Amino acid sequence: MTNEALLSSPIGLLTLALVAIIAHEPFRWLGLYLGHGLEADSEIFVWVRAVATALVAGLVTRLVMFPVGALEGVALWMRLGALASGIAIFFIRGRHLGAGVSGGAAVLLIFQYATQ
Amino acid sequence: MNTLDGDRGEPTRGRGLQAFSAGLRLSLSTPAAILLGSAAGFGALANDAGMSLLNAVFMMGVLFALPAQVVMLDSLARGGSLIAGGLAVALTGVRLLPMTLSMLPLLRRGRLRWRILASHYIAVTAWLEGMRHLPSVAPADRLTTFLGIGTGMFASSLIGTAIGFQLAGSVPASLAAALLFLTPIYFLLSLMAAARQAMDGLAIVIGALLGPVLYLLVPGLDLFLTGIIGGTAAYVLGKKLSAFEAEDDA
Repeated sequence: MTNEALLSSPIGLLTLALVAIIAHEPFRWLGLYLGHGLEADSEIFVWVRAVATALVAGLVTRLVMFPVGALEGVALWMRLGALASGIAIFFIRGRHLGAGVSGGAAVLLIFQYATQ
Repeated sequence: MNTLDGDRGEPTRGRGLQAFSAGLRLSLSTPAAILLGSAAGFGALANDAGMSLLNAVFMMGVLFALPAQVVMLDSLARGGSLIAGGLAVALTGVRLLPMTLSMLPLLRRGRLRWRILASHYIAVTAWLEGMRHLPSVAPADRLTTFLGIGTGMFASSLIGTAIGFQLAGSVPASLAAALLFLTPIYFLLSLMAAARQAMDGLAIVIGALLGPVLYLLVPGLDLFLTGIIGGTAAYVLGKKLSAFEAEDDA
């Protein structure tokens, strides 16, 4: 089956459910089950946190530098500039998540209109 | 009377409903608004990747953790294999384990099936809100209140996904691009907002730099390897750094 079918067909629903049940949901169940004997702040989870953080940071640069969809039509400098602006606004506004996110997206819009 | 009920730990139906709606009300907060917006970003991304509306909303509900969803979606859109995508999804899912674990003391009382449902709601936003509000709720009501918080967040994320999906298909291209941009900027700033130690900052920088390199070298397994290699490097460096600082202090 092609990936397009996976993304849009009813069989894709089943596949998504399987991925969730096999690769994702067990960690929630395990958290319930392990309850005793394992501390949430034990060393292994410090490592887990670092791994998840690095993975998501890698995902961010993949999405921004090598987008697959419509974002591809926006110049790379605009994408990187908007990302940097979002980070700057986030810190200037005292680590304000909403301000950084909407500010970054707004800068991307402005870039596009300014260069049209 | 309520305190007596609480002492016996046997909430009545009416009281359970009260605790549930108190949770629902708690879920209508600023974090839920941000969740709605980020779910809209996911919906836009899903539309852009050629997903159907039903599949996108279903994916939001069944995984209920944006990083896992975006990893899977983006990997499939690039033509990657289901197995490689699933591996990276699992790696993002491990962080749910300590979250559930740390929340357990607050959710110990209640039937197993409700606790399993509650564990499904554990993702960053609902977890943060639960940890913030539940300690001040009567112990017998905590599970029900959390089910209320989770249900509210779940509903707003499904609605957000549908809104983003429809918007992405109907607004001008420049606006659609801005919608697609919400996900990466939201992820990055969330990581920065959650960073507490040098290790977190290191993991962000190393992951962000390593990601593109590994994408070009080993497409498909790039995110999995970025997590394992980048995360371990950040962990080791972070440990060394804090040991060094401790020595400096002494």
